[in-house]
Amino acid sequence: MNNNVTPDYIITICDGPSCIHKKSKELKESVTAQLKRFGLLDKTRIILSGCLGMCAKGPVMIINPGYTIYAGFNIIDVPEIIEEHLVKKTQVSRLVVQEDNLYNRFYRVFGDVNFFGKQMRIALRNCGIIDPESIDDYLSVRGYEALAKVLSDMQPQDVVQELKKCGLRGRGGAGFPTGLKWSLTAEQPGPEKFVICNADEGDPGAFMDRSAIEGDPHTVIEGMVIGGYAIGASKGIVYIRAEYPLAIKRLEKAIADARAEGLLGANILDSGFSFDLEIRLGAGAFVCGEETALIQSIEGRRGMPRPRPPYPSVKGLFGKPTLINNVETWANIPVIILDGASWFSSVGTEKSKGTKVFALAGNVVNTGLVEVPMGTTLREIIYDIGGGIPDGKQFKAVQTGGPSGGCMPEQYLDTPVDYESLQQAGSIMGSGGMIVMDEGACMVNIARFFLEFTQNESCGKCTPCREGTKRMLEILTRITEGKGEAEDIDKLERLGRMIKKASLCGLGQSAPNPVLSTIANFREEYEEHVRDKKCRAGVCTALLSYTINEKCVGCGACKRVCPTAAISGAVKQRHVIDPAKCVRCGKCMETCKFNAIVRG
Amino acid sequence: MVELAQEKYRQLEEFMAGVKQGPRPESNLIAILHKAQELFGYLDREMMDKISVEMKIPSAHIWGVATFYHYFRLTPPGRHTVSVCMGTACYVKGAQQVLDAIRNELKVELGETTEDRVFSLQEARCLGACGLAPVVMIDEKIYGGLDSRKVIELLRGYRKKAGQALVQG
Repeated sequence: MNNNVTPDYIITICDGPSCIHKKSKELKESVTAQLKRFGLLDKTRIILSGCLGMCAKGPVMIINPGYTIYAGFNIIDVPEIIEEHLVKKTQVSRLVVQEDNLYNRFYRVFGDVNFFGKQMRIALRNCGIIDPESIDDYLSVRGYEALAKVLSDMQPQDVVQELKKCGLRGRGGAGFPTGLKWSLTAEQPGPEKFVICNADEGDPGAFMDRSAIEGDPHTVIEGMVIGGYAIGASKGIVYIRAEYPLAIKRLEKAIADARAEGLLGANILDSGFSFDLEIRLGAGAFVCGEETALIQSIEGRRGMPRPRPPYPSVKGLFGKPTLINNVETWANIPVIILDGASWFSSVGTEKSKGTKVFALAGNVVNTGLVEVPMGTTLREIIYDIGGGIPDGKQFKAVQTGGPSGGCMPEQYLDTPVDYESLQQAGSIMGSGGMIVMDEGACMVNIARFFLEFTQNESCGKCTPCREGTKRMLEILTRITEGKGEAEDIDKLERLGRMIKKASLCGLGQSAPNPVLSTIANFREEYEEHVRDKKCRAGVCTALLSYTINEKCVGCGACKRVCPTAAISGAVKQRHVIDPAKCVRCGKCMETCKFNAIVRG
Repeated sequence: MVELAQEKYRQLEEFMAGVKQGPRPESNLIAILHKAQELFGYLDREMMDKISVEMKIPSAHIWGVATFYHYFRLTPPGRHTVSVCMGTACYVKGAQQVLDAIRNELKVELGETTEDRVFSLQEARCLGACGLAPVVMIDEKIYGGLDSRKVIELLRGYRKKAGQALVQG
């Protein structure tokens, strides 16, 4: 449709990672076809938007005006929705997301006021609202206004001062004060300096940066140009995972569009300031999220960290002063400039300002992307926003910070989300992964999972990390296989503390965290594994035993499926399992119709 | 076949020539390897030697980089690439069982290709589809909500189709 005409309807179709797999593109085609059928195509604007955060309910489509959210429908429902909603002016109520949940509330008020339920969106303010591939859309939500303000009214040092005042801290996980980082880089002599956006999101189970770039690429670009102006750099690089093709595509388009509008390149907005951006692809190495390793990778080398100091702000990319910030940090910058440092610092807690984006996943009803003010408690995120634990199960632990973080049990649920409190609870803020686990999760196994990951990703440069994580993994594997020895738990703790102290970079310094925190909070579970050779969650197969009880009618079904012929017994008589032959595959239990096989 | 390979080499050379126009050309090594893998499906020694000559970067350095990053593969891939997501959300929801089932069915380990060259098996760290966990990606297509039974059915379907394609030439 013609962009100069105000449309009667706006239909927003979520094109986030989960919804893409639920055929968002085909949905758009179907919606277009239906609109054509009713002659409404000229009056309607269709937007394929970034992640709306309702991943568990996908596909998701919002019809405006009226903010009606349709979710969990099929492509065959589209004709009905369009006809009922736009022609007959009613709703297909069975497919409309009902009013009583939090997701709804903020879409209704989004753009008008700053509060919606328990979420607050600063970094993701435009995700799901605008068409990420349209620079006009971004401009219509005051896009690039912060850049214009900076270039016309502010000196570089004013920008740095504003950043220092606002209290923003690095969103990549460590929480280093962003303003301080900027001023350290700004102080260094030029002329060549660099600005880098770290979009090498590697934590398993985290997809915040991906969604932010896919949903609103221009925000990141605007933030980086402002950063370049503040520190005196004319070149910026976005280092992004090659595994995110859509994010790369959208970023490429956004950069080209910004160049065409004179918002990137030489003499931006006639200010005399020049700045350009380049995309560099990662190649699947977790350690490249560490800033010195990332710099090595951009230089075309193996991504191995080097000791700091000198910090990248002094000696970074190609030996020049370099400012590195994470995607979410960059996305906050335009808001801080436009709404002011004092407003920004009014959000959050005393030491942690602003909001944090989390990728909520695991055993929780509403998996998806949430952004909450710092200081929101874990309980509010998991129960009020996340909707609690599904299938009537009990909450067991919540894991933040990915492979660098820790598992927090129930007594920490009222911990407010800020850098210090999470650290006191034995975890870290991290980049934003938040995995909820119910009683079916074995803590020893989870610790082993994370350690296997870091062990695999250890670059091998320093000995404590390379060898230490390997030994820890061996011990953990031994425990989960029922071969644990009495002193193993103490050994793990001692080794873990040593690796934390002696490793070169953040990967090694935090790698033992999942193990140490699960030992601290779930020690009895470790002891059961070692002493009693028992796994209460029924996850560690080597520790399970299968027995047949008196309910057995002797049908022989289990005997036939057993792959190792461990079950014997005559017809119509109670069968028995030979534990020496049993490989604990559980097939017999799945097959038995009489609930006669029990796992213990 | 030979012509096709030559055409691909020509594209790679063109890419390298473009890179050499800009500042610090050697810093683009990873981008060059991405391009080579995109064209050929994998990286082999001969290709790395060519890049070495063209870019004036030691072969040993290129080999070091290519083996450091998981994204680069050094053996030809099968017709279909099966990536099992082992992100935390998928793991909590049973990705290990799904992976074990695939291993059993295909008789390959991670990073290997089946004898008939139909499937390559690899693990992915997080495919960003945590809402659908556990997830397996076959080529570019995502399958969610799997268990060991469903994934085997899925693979058998692919194998059947691959067999038919082979017969038809």
